[in-house]
Amino acid sequence: MLLKDIVDLTELKFDMATRRPQTEGVKRKISEVDKRALEAAIQLKEKGGGELIALSMGDERTKTSMLEALAMGADSAYIVSDRALVGVDTLATSLVLAAAVRKLGSFGLILCGEMTLDSLSSQIGPRLAELLDLPQVSYVKRLELLNGKLRAERELEDTDEVVEVALPALVSVVREVNEPRIPSLMNIMKAKKKPVVEWDAASLGLSADEVRAASSVEVLKVEAPVVERKHIIIKADTVEEMVDRLAKAILAEGILEE
Amino acid sequence: MVTKGVMVYSEDRELELQLVGKGRELADKLGAGLSALAMGSGIADAGNLSEYGADRVYVADDPRLADFSVETYRAVILSAVKEFSPEIIIMGATKRGKELAPRIAAALGTGCMTECTSLDVDDQRRLVAERLTYGGSSIAKEVSKKMPHMATVAPRTFPKPPPSPRKGEIVRLKIDLPSPRVVVIERRKKVKASVGLEEATIIVSAGRGFRNKEDLQLLEALSGVLGAKIGCTRPVAADSGWLDEWIGISGRKVKPRLYVACGISGTIQHAAGIRGAQTIVAINNDEAAGIFELSDYGVVGDLYKVLPALTKALKERSK
Repeated sequence: MLLKDIVDLTELKFDMATRRPQTEGVKRKISEVDKRALEAAIQLKEKGGGELIALSMGDERTKTSMLEALAMGADSAYIVSDRALVGVDTLATSLVLAAAVRKLGSFGLILCGEMTLDSLSSQIGPRLAELLDLPQVSYVKRLELLNGKLRAERELEDTDEVVEVALPALVSVVREVNEPRIPSLMNIMKAKKKPVVEWDAASLGLSADEVRAASSVEVLKVEAPVVERKHIIIKADTVEEMVDRLAKAILAEGILEE
Repeated sequence: MVTKGVMVYSEDRELELQLVGKGRELADKLGAGLSALAMGSGIADAGNLSEYGADRVYVADDPRLADFSVETYRAVILSAVKEFSPEIIIMGATKRGKELAPRIAAALGTGCMTECTSLDVDDQRRLVAERLTYGGSSIAKEVSKKMPHMATVAPRTFPKPPPSPRKGEIVRLKIDLPSPRVVVIERRKKVKASVGLEEATIIVSAGRGFRNKEDLQLLEALSGVLGAKIGCTRPVAADSGWLDEWIGISGRKVKPRLYVACGISGTIQHAAGIRGAQTIVAINNDEAAGIFELSDYGVVGDLYKVLPALTKALKERSK
């Protein structure tokens, strides 16, 4: 299964002078939806057996997140980490992950979250399916394996679909799929003995320079948006008067019609 | 190099017309053409894509395209791309569009910018976009450096253009459709009644200014008068467990016409979830609370007094 560790968004702060987010020193954790993909993978394994590998592209700090994945129930963890690949786009990331999946050998199912909550790009799953020529089932909220086939319920805006697909396949899950478990102390201890393998681009047979060059979307700047609001503070001596003026203001906006 | 301009597609026709509007603007800026794509079974309305601005409409009409499938729709889009060789492709960021577009981008070996809130071209004919990042708390400005440049756009980001009597060319695509490996066994239309927070037009929302779960009935009373959905901040849901889901950087992103923030301090995490609201009203007893910076109208006062009074005032006016 694939996961990404991201900055803990609940602890994100901004430099008010530059309006830039300060990610330095903010602790990281497994992206919430990816964690649920991991939980789904563990549940499939508990029912039907098999080997569960956690794969991530990250850096030296990703190891902490991987220990959590191992404590939850993954059998082994692989981290692709290469200084030359910091800041590449989703295209380049998916090339690297596809190479890592190929190196890992045969598999039945790749699970990931429908998106990571930091970049919100929702691209890695479908891109990987394309590169590995896999059928993909996105937005899954329920899944089971039946006679070598995956049966899943997926959620779209207007419709729920029940689909079936032969393995191998790629599945992305939504937040509603499950509540991830909290690993026991014993499993946290055990996780430290499980294998964590680190790969760089070269060990995947890739040239980091070529992957970098393939990266095609460049982020020019990231800033907190300027808030444009009316900033009208309603002041009055009594609550009744304040509320009266607020109600009038709301009605004057015309937002309660229709 | 011959430039063929901009291509747009969404399986949601309303959204595709919005993309036609933005696509037309970019194509004109580039001095290039705009093509749109219509896919399905028994298509009768391909013409309205040109009416709204497309020079050419590619039509793929086949019973096997009646229902969306990533595998068949992917094949059609790739064959239209081959015919037209666009320099820019803009696709709709519906859920279906967001599973389709990255596959197209991967097949074409190019980048893609997800859910862009603004699109433009620079002096090198590259696509420049703004999009939300860090859970919606920040805006990233990005540039695509490889052709075809790709972006996806969510519904209602851009307005639908006015129709004009333009007559476009219709090109019928002949495609070999693959048999989808993912087989749909059952489709269940969702019942419209349960509007989620993301679709709600009015939301009243609770923060830590509420002292007890029972006090949320003050908010329920107000929501009754306004016909509003009830939302809250992360601590109210995740820490106190009073409500199931929250609004903010790690929760739902909402875009109601009216958002009433009650006892909410206004962290950047919460701000990220309410940016899309048309009008924000804040009720908080702390004059220095950050929420007032985010609001159109602010009332500095005790929500335990203000909410019942507001409910009463609105009830009397609606009579």
